[in-house]
Amino acid sequence: MSASASNGRVWLEALTGVSAGARRAPATVVSIDAALGEERARYIAVVPDAGNRFVRARDGEVGVEEGWALARAVRDVMEADHDDSRRPIVAIVDVSSQAYGRSEELLGIHLACAAAADAYAAARLAGHPVLALLVGKAMSGAFLAHGYQANRILALDSTDVSIHAMGRQAAARVTRRSVEELEQLGERIPPMSYQVRSFAQLGLLHRLIAGVDAASPTPADLERVRGELIESVSDIRQSPRDLSLRWSNAAALHARAASIAVRQRLAEQWNAS
Amino acid sequence: MTAVRPEAVAEDFLARRSFIELSARQRAAALLDAGTFRELLGPFDRMKSPWLLEQGVVPQSDDGVVIARGRIAARDAVVAAIEGAFQGGSVGEVSSAKIAGALELALEDCLRGRPVLAVLVLESGGVRLQEANLGLAGIAEIHAAIVALRPHVPVVGVIAGMVGCFGGMSLAAALCSQLIVTRQARLAMNGPEVIEQDAGIAEMDASDRAAVWQLIGGEQRYATGLADALVEDDVDAMREAVRRALAMPAAARSTEVERFQSRLALIDPAHPPEPRALRLAWSRSTA
Repeated sequence: MSASASNGRVWLEALTGVSAGARRAPATVVSIDAALGEERARYIAVVPDAGNRFVRARDGEVGVEEGWALARAVRDVMEADHDDSRRPIVAIVDVSSQAYGRSEELLGIHLACAAAADAYAAARLAGHPVLALLVGKAMSGAFLAHGYQANRILALDSTDVSIHAMGRQAAARVTRRSVEELEQLGERIPPMSYQVRSFAQLGLLHRLIAGVDAASPTPADLERVRGELIESVSDIRQSPRDLSLRWSNAAALHARAASIAVRQRLAEQWNAS
Repeated sequence: MTAVRPEAVAEDFLARRSFIELSARQRAAALLDAGTFRELLGPFDRMKSPWLLEQGVVPQSDDGVVIARGRIAARDAVVAAIEGAFQGGSVGEVSSAKIAGALELALEDCLRGRPVLAVLVLESGGVRLQEANLGLAGIAEIHAAIVALRPHVPVVGVIAGMVGCFGGMSLAAALCSQLIVTRQARLAMNGPEVIEQDAGIAEMDASDRAAVWQLIGGEQRYATGLADALVEDDVDAMREAVRRALAMPAAARSTEVERFQSRLALIDPAHPPEPRALRLAWSRSTA
């Protein structure tokens, strides 16, 4: 079993000070409890494993087993903690995509990924501060399963970090464009971009952390990121448990004007006049 | 777009029996108690996608989603129905905000002691790629809204076909308290074409329709316990199934971690079961 290098593994080990040997199968989902400021937090990452028994989930994809294992890692914390001491959960996000395969579909990968999203959302609603820290790829269904249900999304301002609904090659095929055309489109149309700075313009990001080495963080980098995480936790504890901040912030006012207008007008029409 | 009178919608659907052949608007009207259909943010509100025109796609004035309030079995309800005929039912900023926003308002009413039942008619290829990250963000907000609403009222999902339900919207289907499918429905995270392109034709032959339906079709999903009801393509049968589902206790399978982890532990991925064999292993009667 090889411990392939991945930003997800690097940050998991750096933030927890623990070597990310998995405690239970699958080896691709690692959860570690470690300090975050004055309290304990649960850190969860999906990491590559060349020995994964599901061959299509060996490179950091979220497959069937990963989805359910994420759900388990989150729900264990929900069951262990009491209402007055719900610990933060930090999803360290470096996921290349969901696993594409016949067995995956047969065995219900849609349900496995839903189970993970469900668990993160339930933990957030129960009062666990849930953070997503984007240190690498945050792609498509894998990001929906691991990170997108967080109270706050933080990201490193690095070219290693990319966010999208579909990988470049596949998106180019489906939209009948070249990869180059797709990149150019992303420069003009922010939601089409793969770059984290464009993602930040959409109002979906709570913090964009600049000047940090995503692949091999220095001790100073680590302290900066830890500081941001701690600050976000205390911010979360004073805020509503829903995701409304994502469409009610300064950046969203511009980039998500339609999301805001739809909600506003729906509310006006909700009850018959 | 011509005027849509609720009466006209009702007359039209009464004249036919197939649910699949109905438009999203007709489907919503068909599921609600007769005469109670009231559309929110309808075509005249002109809530179009702000992203499509600059990419050479003509937007639609309802962005392919119909939100309708009304009653089901005399109880307050909201139906969100995706129009598979517009951009393959793909979900963008406006369409996702309509669905999530409706569920958020239903939750507010529930918290005020006025329960509003929710039905999602899902017919979607997943995220609309022209709106990429805003579509994905919107789908995450739909997921959040389903999980938040589900403890208060059942959230019932319907996949009728023929588009099916894919991508991020397949997760939305899996989050529902109850999921109703037809034999014509397909439910999968990755569409067959995407798998064929990514993993090769030996992994998946997307042109083999029978094989595709055997793998991800409604009957298979029902037989392996990944859907709660299998109904004929018939308006009355669908109305009946939705009413039955709304009366069921809410217990979403996406929370049943142990049951599914133990099922998966028995699977050998080097020798994966054929769809038929999985029906025996995961039959509805076994744990």
